[in-house]
Order: sequence, then structure tokens, then C-alpha cells
Amino acid sequence: MKRIGTCLLTMVCLALAGSAFGADDATIQKGEKVFDYWCATCHGPHLPGTVALETKYKGAKPGLLTERTDLIPPVTKTFVRKGVSVMPFFRKTEISDADLDALAAYLARNNKTNR
Amino acid sequence: MLPPGVNSKDFSDALKQFESAVGKEWVFTSDEDVALYRDAYSPFWGEPEERVASAAVAPDKVEEVQAVMKIANQYKIPVYPISTGKNLGYGGSAPNLSGSVVLDLKRMNRILDVSERNHSALVEPGVSYFDLYRYIQERKLKLWVDVPDPGWGSPVGNSLDHGGGYLQPMYRNHFDSHCGMEVVLANGDLVRTGMGAMPGANTWQQYKFGFGPWIDGMFSQSNFGVVTKMGFWLMPEPDAYLTGTVTVPKYEDLIPMVDILTFLENSGVSNGMPGLGSPILGGFMMPPPAPEVTAMLAKPDGGVGSAELHQYAQDKGIPFWSCTVKFYGPAKAIREQWEYAKEKFSVIPGAKFQDGEFYKLPLTPDQFDKVHKPEFGLPSLETFSIGARSPINPTPTNGHIWFSPIIPRTGEAVLEANKVFSQAARDFGLPILSFSLPSTYWMRAFIFIFGFPITHDVATNKKNRESFKQLVRIAAEHGWGEYRTAPAFQDAVMDTYSFNNHALRRFHETVKDAVDPNGIISAGRYGIWPKHLRGTKA
Repeated sequence: MKRIGTCLLTMVCLALAGSAFGADDATIQKGEKVFDYWCATCHGPHLPGTVALETKYKGAKPGLLTERTDLIPPVTKTFVRKGVSVMPFFRKTEISDADLDALAAYLARNNKTNR
Repeated sequence: MLPPGVNSKDFSDALKQFESAVGKEWVFTSDEDVALYRDAYSPFWGEPEERVASAAVAPDKVEEVQAVMKIANQYKIPVYPISTGKNLGYGGSAPNLSGSVVLDLKRMNRILDVSERNHSALVEPGVSYFDLYRYIQERKLKLWVDVPDPGWGSPVGNSLDHGGGYLQPMYRNHFDSHCGMEVVLANGDLVRTGMGAMPGANTWQQYKFGFGPWIDGMFSQSNFGVVTKMGFWLMPEPDAYLTGTVTVPKYEDLIPMVDILTFLENSGVSNGMPGLGSPILGGFMMPPPAPEVTAMLAKPDGGVGSAELHQYAQDKGIPFWSCTVKFYGPAKAIREQWEYAKEKFSVIPGAKFQDGEFYKLPLTPDQFDKVHKPEFGLPSLETFSIGARSPINPTPTNGHIWFSPIIPRTGEAVLEANKVFSQAARDFGLPILSFSLPSTYWMRAFIFIFGFPITHDVATNKKNRESFKQLVRIAAEHGWGEYRTAPAFQDAVMDTYSFNNHALRRFHETVKDAVDPNGIISAGRYGIWPKHLRGTKA
């Protein structure tokens, strides 16, 4: 069981490393555009999504997603496709898989552990 | 999941044909993809009764919508059109009938025309309020879009569901402000209404009625067709904005205050969305009431109309009611209009006045950050601060649904409705305030809006659903009807519009049978069921 867990962890790490190393500037720029269009209206400065995260993390992490240094692509993808609290999930006609890859890469750009 | 009444071979064949019509990547059948069409705020979340889709198909243009409808009609596949699917609190992107194929029109997101000379727009269903606003800003057009509180919905979807906004009355009622539509019928036929029915007419967004019966209303809150284009009238950017507030001292002053407000609005003297408040009772957008007031309201023989509370207000010099009137127009003119409004309110003994905000438009960046954005035609998601996690709401729920009955536009009705709903809240243990004032979206009627929390706890949702239905019943006993509701309650609400043995619903059904004989479009929406399902669902 422990061995299976270790294998899974390795696979996840490889997947994360792959997504981070694979994100070129063009992808990150595309992700920024996706963020500005779909996310910034609630996760911009002083907006409800930011206030919600500030309240949740009480200073331990920034409320602004764009200032986070701990985000990894699977986390972003999970929240976009599963939603949380009053934030609904987003359909693929809204944020396509390709757009979501770019968005996740953009929000992971400051995560030095992925580099 | 299969659509009800459809065998697996027919469904499979239909899906293949949908793929041919719109492209394989735009037909969604995996559980993971179809789950994205759940109503995120469903009051049935996770229960067997939750309304869920069997698949989704997303056309890019009207010809593809026509092709999809012809295929669906051939195989009798129930389809459920959505525009942007952001109707949260009123159903989201989930169908009324489980197993329906969601017809997702989000990809149809073209802004086809914006006229600064005619102050109008023509858009497809997937265009959001943000999209239209950005388009106008990029071109520096002097036009305002009347937006609802959350700006990520679509002008088409919001107006078809009778949504409202905050600007001048002729724009605030979004369905009223539309001008012309294009509709795909169940058999794939294409209809344009109003002047759009005349080839070569350049007045589709200028004159609503065209010639003959005006049928646009039949495509709102209904299931008679798939709207693929709509025109809207936009508000010319005004010169200035002004607010002023009147306060009146006594409980019974609410009655003349509302009458004067109604006169001012119906005369066109005040033309922004007014706000009613109560300095003594506090509440929304006001400081909370003093502890003594809260204690008085909690007494068994207390209440808003009690002599003790009235005396307290008089002794402390705290007004009982307030009304903020708002004006858009030339700076000089609206200052005069406020003076005239003051004259009218002055007939109430003890009325006092306070000048409010004045903005020469357009707003400066500093002002932009401070204002309630929809009152300036600015789309926003700031309204989610009401439900999202915050210092005053550290344990948010998973959404909400709205109970929103129409009541008469009189002070008497406001007071009576409060007595009735307060009693109901006590009876059902609901989180309704001890006193609520109505919203003023519509010029000619008031609307109460109460939010019910949605959780992922089955027992809590079940209790709230039952309470919701009881409120619908109690409201209807007093002649107060819901203007809009989530699919879970549409049958219950339609039941209350029962004059002459449900003649209105019977008429809807007659139309449904004529224009959609196979009953494929949005079965059950707003209580209109196709013949083969009628009586089994209501």
C-alpha cells in the first residue's frame, strides 16, 4: 500500500513538474488573458473572491490568486471544474481544457518549487 | 443516463448526428463533462430528484441550432437551451427534466451590431453583460448597458427570464427593453419578430411590433422556441447623476411616502431605481438597529408597529422610514427635479431632506471604485460579497435560491406583507429579517426578495424546500405571486396562477402542443409540460 502511495506521489510530482516546465511564455500570457476575462472580476483586488480567501487564510497566504506562490495546476483545475462555496464550476464552453491549462500555468508561474 | 422515453440506439444515433452538425468536440457525453451542467445552487444537490442532463451540445451558429433541433425533433430528444447558464439562484444551466440534452449557446457570443445613433444593440445568446460593456468601452461609445447585479449572465437569457437592473425604468426591465428577436422553432424553422420579419427593413431594433400579433412575450419564461438573437435598447450616457434622501418620522408615514414616490416615478420626475430604508429598524445598506430596538422587536407583543417602538423613535428623533430618490439627466435639470421632489414629500409632517451623491459623468477612476456599479451601467460580480466568505460571514453556504413575490406598490401592502412573512418565518424557523423593505426594480409594482441558503446537507435543503413551497402558498393566498423561480418550484408557482381553472396554463399547453408537438424544448419550464408528460410531473 505504501509503495502504491509512493508511486502515485511520484507520478503527481512528475505531472506537476511537466506542467510547470512545459509552460512557455506564450502559454502563461494566454493564461493571464483567461484570468483577466474569467477570474479577475471576482478575484481582483478587494473583490469577493479575494476577500473570501483573505478571510480563509488570515494572512497565511495572499488573498489575491495572482500573488500566490503555492498554487499548482491541479489545484486550480479542481476549483474551476468543481467550484467551491458560492463559486460555481465552469463549463468547457466557457473555459476550454486548453484555456484551463494556460490559466493553471499562469497561476503556478510564481511557484518556485515547480521549477 | 438516457433521455426519458428515448431508447439507447436512438440516443446514440442522435448524438452522432449532433456531432456531424456541430463538430465532435462540441458534444459532451462523459460524466465529467455533463456534470458541469449541474445547477451549482440546486436545492436538490446530491439527491435523486436533482435535475441533471444526459448530454450537452454546443452549436456555434444559428444554422447549427436549426440542424440540432431537426435532429432532436426526429428522435424526440428533449433539449434544454441555455444562454450563458449563469442563472444562479433560478436554476443555472440544469434542465427542468432530467435526461434532457442541454443546448449550450455560450459559443454563440457575437455582438452583431451596436448603434450609437440608435442607442441599441443586437447580440447572440452567449454574449455576457461584461462582453457588451467591454465592446462599448473599447470603441468609446457613449452608451450604457442596464446590467443585473451579477454581470456574467447574458442580456438574452436574463431578459427572457424577466431579469432587471438599475438604470432608467425603460431599461431596468430587461425584457421591456428588448426590441426584436430571432427564434429557432422545434422543427428547425427560423422566425424573426417585429420588423425583423420584413426582409430589407433597417428598423429591427427601432420598432418592436412589426405587423400582427406581437409574439415576443411567448418566448420568455417558456419553452416555445430557441432564441438565437435579440435586440436591446441601450441608455445614452447621461450628463449627470444625483441622489437625495427624504426621511419621515412615523410608522404610518410609509403610506404617503410610497404614494409620492410612485407619483414622481410615473411622472418621470425621478428616473433612477429608488431605495427604501428604515433608520430605526436598520438592515440592508443601513447600520443595524440599536439593542433596545432589537429587544422591543423580540417581545411577544412587540413588532414594527408597536406603540413602544414608535415612542422610542420619537424620543430619540430617529426617523422611521427613508427613501432615496435618484436622477439621471442634465445636471441643471436633475437638481431642479430633486427640488420638485422635496416639495412633494414636504406634505408629510416632519419630513427632512438630505442631498446625496452628485456625479458629473463619466465617473472618474476614484468614483468608479466607490459606487454601486450597476447603477452606472457597470457589470460587476461584487454582489457575491453577500454570500461569499468574509469577516462577517466566516462560514458561507453553497449558494442560494430566491423567493421573490410581486406585491402592490403601496405602503399598506408593504406593512401587510411584512406581518404575513414575519409570521411565516417564525412558523417555519426561517432566516428572514424581522422587517424587510421591497426592491423597486419595476416601476409599477414592488417585489420582495428573500434569499434561501443552499447547502450540501440534504436535510437542510429538504426543510428549506418545504418552507419555500409554504411561502409560495401563503403569498398566493394574499394575491402575491412569484415573478420568477427555480425549476424546482416552477410547477408550484404556476399552480398559483389559477384563475378560471388554470386557464392561463391551459392556454400555454395549447400553444405548446401546436408549436412543439413532440414536446422537445425545455419540458416543464415555467410549469409548461408537453402532452406526453403532462399530469405526471406537476
